Amino acid sequence: MTTRREAIKTAARLLVLTPAAVAYFERPTSADAPAESKYDMAKHWWAMSIDIEKCIGCGNCVRGCANENAVPRGYFRTWVERYQAPAYPDEDHPEVDSPDGAFNGFPEKKKDNAKSFFVPKLCNQCAHSPCVQVCPVGATFETPDGLVLVDQTYCLGCRYCVQACPYGCRYIHPEKQTVDKCTFCYHRISKGLVTACVEVCPTGARTLADLKDPKDPIHAFLRDNPVQVLKPHMATGAKVYYKSLDESVR
Amino acid sequence: MEPVTKLVEGFMYPNEVELQWSILIVLYPYITGLVAGAFILASLERVFRVEAVKPTYRLALLTALAFLLVAPLPLQLHLGHPERSFEMFLTPHRSSAMAMFGFVYLWYLAAVLVMEIWLDFRKDIVLLSRTAPSAMRWIYKLLTLGSQNISERSLQIDDRVGYIVTVVGIPSAFLLHGYVGFIFGSVKANPWWSTPLMPIVFLFSAISSGISVVLLIYMAATRLRRQALDMRCLDTMGSYLFYLFVIDFTLEMVDLTHRIYEAGESFQSLDFMVHSRLYFSHIVVQIVLGTLVPLALLGSAQLWRMSEARRKSVYALSGLLIMTGIFAMRWNVVIGGQLFSKSFLGYTTYKLEFATREGLLAAILLMILPFIILWALVKLLPPWTTLAHEAAGGRDGGNT
Repeated sequence: MTTRREAIKTAARLLVLTPAAVAYFERPTSADAPAESKYDMAKHWWAMSIDIEKCIGCGNCVRGCANENAVPRGYFRTWVERYQAPAYPDEDHPEVDSPDGAFNGFPEKKKDNAKSFFVPKLCNQCAHSPCVQVCPVGATFETPDGLVLVDQTYCLGCRYCVQACPYGCRYIHPEKQTVDKCTFCYHRISKGLVTACVEVCPTGARTLADLKDPKDPIHAFLRDNPVQVLKPHMATGAKVYYKSLDESVR
Repeated sequence: MEPVTKLVEGFMYPNEVELQWSILIVLYPYITGLVAGAFILASLERVFRVEAVKPTYRLALLTALAFLLVAPLPLQLHLGHPERSFEMFLTPHRSSAMAMFGFVYLWYLAAVLVMEIWLDFRKDIVLLSRTAPSAMRWIYKLLTLGSQNISERSLQIDDRVGYIVTVVGIPSAFLLHGYVGFIFGSVKANPWWSTPLMPIVFLFSAISSGISVVLLIYMAATRLRRQALDMRCLDTMGSYLFYLFVIDFTLEMVDLTHRIYEAGESFQSLDFMVHSRLYFSHIVVQIVLGTLVPLALLGSAQLWRMSEARRKSVYALSGLLIMTGIFAMRWNVVIGGQLFSKSFLGYTTYKLEFATREGLLAAILLMILPFIILWALVKLLPPWTTLAHEAAGGRDGGNT
């Protein structure tokens, strides 16, 4: 017959063994372990180059992005703006529009003597991101390969990052109630593909770039062209580089 | 998308059309401001020995506590995932001003306000635990935390510790509200917010609104209790309110002048906003009704002799106007800061809903709640002067 003392001893032993048992039953087996990724984060530093002169405002990138990333209608991970620069000296600011983020391109609009051009926009994947700085729980973070991502399972939905982004790249996902933004299609580029917007651009206005790859054409692009980032005075370390960016663009 | 775009004038980045921070985020700095202001008023008596405001000392502390308990509620209601808000304590992001809220709040609540109130009311609690009706007696017994010692020596120790807590409390109150200003003032992407003056302006407006709310509660409570108002106390509060509000107004004017003179990149856009969408809440309510009129009223009470009845109306009216004006100031900061595009090329509209999670009804209920809590606190811990207390003598007695 088991004495009370023995029963307690056995119970105590079992108690001590519990974590070990849990660890045993929850150990990864070869069946459910994910295949080892060949992607090495330390070897990349992602950026994008955009040639304003090549953009025709077709909106392919906006639709492509929305399809690829299930972006809710009315919100934008990428969008295109149409600028009609001011006719000096009568006007002091440009006329800008982006109907539905250019999801359906642009209706024709004529403005005499105006310099017209399209500006595709998306998250600048800043190296010194104001959005990452303000997140109260670190749900928005910078990856070692130079991207700014959001942990949707951790975001409080406080919206401080939306306020902190100078470029208007963030929105609150209406169903998830967490913040959402462009990820440079991380699920694609980490498999060696390009982003959806780059993939579908008919004129090659957008090019995905890896600054850590010495053979990447980005180096020639930055060397040979007058290049600018958006709102450089914000000192965000933006990594979307625009060729032929007009001074009126904000 | 169509109805949304109609709210927009000019050009906004497409994700900017929807406002992120609602009237609940207007309440948050407003309520924490009232807390900080009420506490600073209490410390006037305790630390700076302004004896005249004694009748409001304990009332101010209880008011601060009532509002402080409500302060996190608008934030919780606003969050997309309130159930995750505890993560701010477990894994705070150290570079985030917002992450520090929980810690500053807890510090202020537990280490300063509750501690000071307990020390100050300890003698009353002990006495009530002996004399109160049976059900209440248990509550008071619990509140004594097991100490029935109200000897002269122990009360002296309470007083000494209470003094130290208040001295620590003043910078804490500054921190609590100054940091709320920093949350806005440090957003470099938003020129309407981004100014190092923001925490200081927030602080002085907080003090002004806090003194106003205690003044109004004191006047209303005295009337309800059919007691006579202590005019010396009221006059002193009136003059402090005047001088502090002058500083607040000066700071705001320094900011405004600086913006107009610098006329930076955003100036045209902001100037247009103030003259159009923000005209009523900024120019009419905040500056004229909420600042110039009460300054003139309070100033005239300083300059000219007035009858007691007239002074009472001047103080009551000024207090109401200042509270309204400072609410408008918070509104103009929070809502105004989201009405213009960061491209400086357009404006959106804030549509205040009524019976929604972040609507007007929720805001009204949240503003009523602190008064209900205060009523319960006053019932539990009567802050009023009583003959028994005065007869008891000592600092604690004389103080009440």
